[in-house]
Amino acid sequence: MTITPTVRPDEPPVTALEPTATPPGLWKTPVLFGVFAVLIALLPLLKTRAGDTTFRLAAETDFVKLPELKAPSDAITWTTVVLMLLGAGYAAWCARSGRRTPLWLVALFGVAAMTGFLGWAAADETISVIFLLGGALALAVPLVFGALGGVLGERAGVVNIAIDGQLLFGAFGAALIGSVTGSPWVALLAAMFAGALVALVLGVFAITYYVDQVIVGVVLNVLVIGITSFMFSQVLAPNAAALNSPPRFERIPIPLLGEIPIVGPILFRQTILVYLMYVAVAVISWALYRTRWGLRVRAVGEHPMAADTVGIKVNLTRYRTVLLAGLIAGAGGATYTLVSVSQFNRELTGGAGYIALAAVIFGKWDPLRATLAALLFGFAQNLQNVLSVIGSPVPSQFMLMLPYVVTIFAVAGLVGRSRPPEADGIPYIKA
Amino acid sequence: MSTDQTPTGTPETPEAPEKQAPPSPSRWHQALREIAAGQVLVALLSVLLAVIVGSVLILLTDENVRETASYIGARPGDFFQAVWDAITGAYSALVRGAIWNNRVDTFEQQIRPLTETLKFAAPLITAGLGVGLAFRAGMFNIGGRGQMLLAGAAAGWVGVGVDLPMAIHLPLAIVAGMAIGALWAGLAGLLKARTGAHEVIVTIMLNYVGYYLVFFALTKQELLQAPGTINPKSAAMPESVVLPKILGDKFNLHLGFLLALVAVAFVWWLLNRSAMGFRLRAVGENPDAARSSGIDVGRTYVVVMLIAGALVGLAGVNQVLGTVTSGVAGDLDAGIGFDAITVALLGRSRPLGILAAGLLFGAFKAGGFAMQASQGIPVDIVLIVQSLIVLFIAAPPLVRAMFRLPAKEATA
Repeated sequence: MTITPTVRPDEPPVTALEPTATPPGLWKTPVLFGVFAVLIALLPLLKTRAGDTTFRLAAETDFVKLPELKAPSDAITWTTVVLMLLGAGYAAWCARSGRRTPLWLVALFGVAAMTGFLGWAAADETISVIFLLGGALALAVPLVFGALGGVLGERAGVVNIAIDGQLLFGAFGAALIGSVTGSPWVALLAAMFAGALVALVLGVFAITYYVDQVIVGVVLNVLVIGITSFMFSQVLAPNAAALNSPPRFERIPIPLLGEIPIVGPILFRQTILVYLMYVAVAVISWALYRTRWGLRVRAVGEHPMAADTVGIKVNLTRYRTVLLAGLIAGAGGATYTLVSVSQFNRELTGGAGYIALAAVIFGKWDPLRATLAALLFGFAQNLQNVLSVIGSPVPSQFMLMLPYVVTIFAVAGLVGRSRPPEADGIPYIKA
Repeated sequence: MSTDQTPTGTPETPEAPEKQAPPSPSRWHQALREIAAGQVLVALLSVLLAVIVGSVLILLTDENVRETASYIGARPGDFFQAVWDAITGAYSALVRGAIWNNRVDTFEQQIRPLTETLKFAAPLITAGLGVGLAFRAGMFNIGGRGQMLLAGAAAGWVGVGVDLPMAIHLPLAIVAGMAIGALWAGLAGLLKARTGAHEVIVTIMLNYVGYYLVFFALTKQELLQAPGTINPKSAAMPESVVLPKILGDKFNLHLGFLLALVAVAFVWWLLNRSAMGFRLRAVGENPDAARSSGIDVGRTYVVVMLIAGALVGLAGVNQVLGTVTSGVAGDLDAGIGFDAITVALLGRSRPLGILAAGLLFGAFKAGGFAMQASQGIPVDIVLIVQSLIVLFIAAPPLVRAMFRLPAKEATA
């Protein structure tokens, strides 16, 4: 995450654009780095953890077996603290010379901090890196789809708070249609259709009737919870065998790619939905910035009147984009019933759509960054799962709280005044 | 966040005949026209539309209706009888649960549903005021859940943690709860004022953080968990902090409802008669204009969120000290934090409107449980009807077009 508040998501080479002005808040990152290093250093001081920590890097079925990494808990923690301080020093040096902390350093710093924390938390235990990261990816799938849907809608100028409703209705549609037809593919289509249906209602109220989009979004979420819960207890639950036992997508290991050590088992031994997610992220990131369609979508979201003047049909473009966003978010909802849980239940998503919304803003309305933010949230969720298995010294509630606290810090500190598309949330009324 | 500016002149709407009337129409005519074009009628029609949709859902899922529909050609009478039974059964159960029960003998039992409605309405009204006040300042407070939970937990902590006479204990617990609710919401206001962090994101995140904080406290004996138990629940509230029942022990209605009425009066005064209310509305209408005219916008955000949090907090206090006195639990908010948003929207963020909307939704809640118990209709139907009402109300042109009402005229 870069730190300039005014960066437009579609202008990555910022340094080239404003070489002279020293951006304010340049020192935020080094200071935060220092704070984190001290926090990690405090862990072994407050609670000594004797014993060795083991990091397992290979899955059971790997072709090439990497050895396990094993080291004393204290040694791991102190090594990472030194590394983190070095990183903070380099970031400070960057700031002194008027440069922003490079993104690779932020990423490496994050890895170091996490290793240090795990080294301390998992003393005498084994952490399976594959399980930690692979599980994180699986948990992040609906969040990524939801965030992509959110980014698309908002880039076209329609705030989409109804992501949660789209996920939930998608999950419901997949469960119902999947049970009836017995085909996971038809179920996936049904989920996408259900997501688009919610998007259509959003579009009618937000685009045609100029209703405040935040209000429509929130109300739609409640409406979908109401409808799905009502149908669940009236129709699905009494006929669970016929109407609520959808088929599941199986894991498909990709030959060759799936055999790469560490990366293979994490990224390429997943279900088809994960592979679809890769495709969706790549296509949308490319199309939004590199195609005529993407330019039009962004134009409609930034300056609808200018877009209208050059002949782009603003409201039609918005409708199309919002419907596409609904299709994508609906596919995310299918993950719940076709992969993770395999049957529908009340409020199955547990507010995941709101987390996806946070990822949209955290990711500054950019598909790739929003995806990274969603992955981060997935990681935090899975970290809690892993730590609860090995018995973490931190109360589980605080681990569960972590992604939300990080988001608040990110929104308030690192991201700062993140800048939404100019016409986000404003209906276009043709004069 | 008022929807008043919504352009309402849809071309489809037919011109009203009164338009061609002589230049000085009778006052009666004008009054009629104002009602027809006004928001009250739109609100009523929205409720009607939502109830119709709810009825359709009830019919679609009713066993008897589906059964008789299969031989509707042979014996249509059966089908219509089933439809009639399902609808009347549902709505008479709703009325029996929310207003008046005609199936019991004594007056006290007959009027009891109405007092239940008032009991359910109290937290909806106070939390709705909290959300609505933030709306008026242009802020969206989705953090009702977190604010209620923390406020309830704080009130409960004072309730079970100290031993005092009621005259001190009860006010102390109420104030503690409201203060914590205020701080939790104020945090979102402060972050918005200082760093520009979007309050929607911050309050959503604070909901989760608050939930886990309360849950953590409920699993620690030294904090909130009842001694000697393993459930995440606190001990029951002692007599000295329970809100007194205002109609005697035969009714569940407690002091919380009167507190809610006081809150309505306070917010009305704040918005319409105080300097703070003026600043708040100015910021809500146009923060830039407010800033240029010398209003400290950041400070207004913080103060508004503090007051809003205290009001939502009062709803949490109301739950812990009045409605569910058996102890603090992780679900004490009972969805009120989110219902409050729909209450504020339906009430158009005006204190009296919120009072009316809170009463209506309180009646839905009380009646919904009766409907589930006697007719087997899931209480979720209430959620559907509530959200549809708000959706329709937010789109007056849609409702007007559906009922072919005259468009609202711009008032001079």
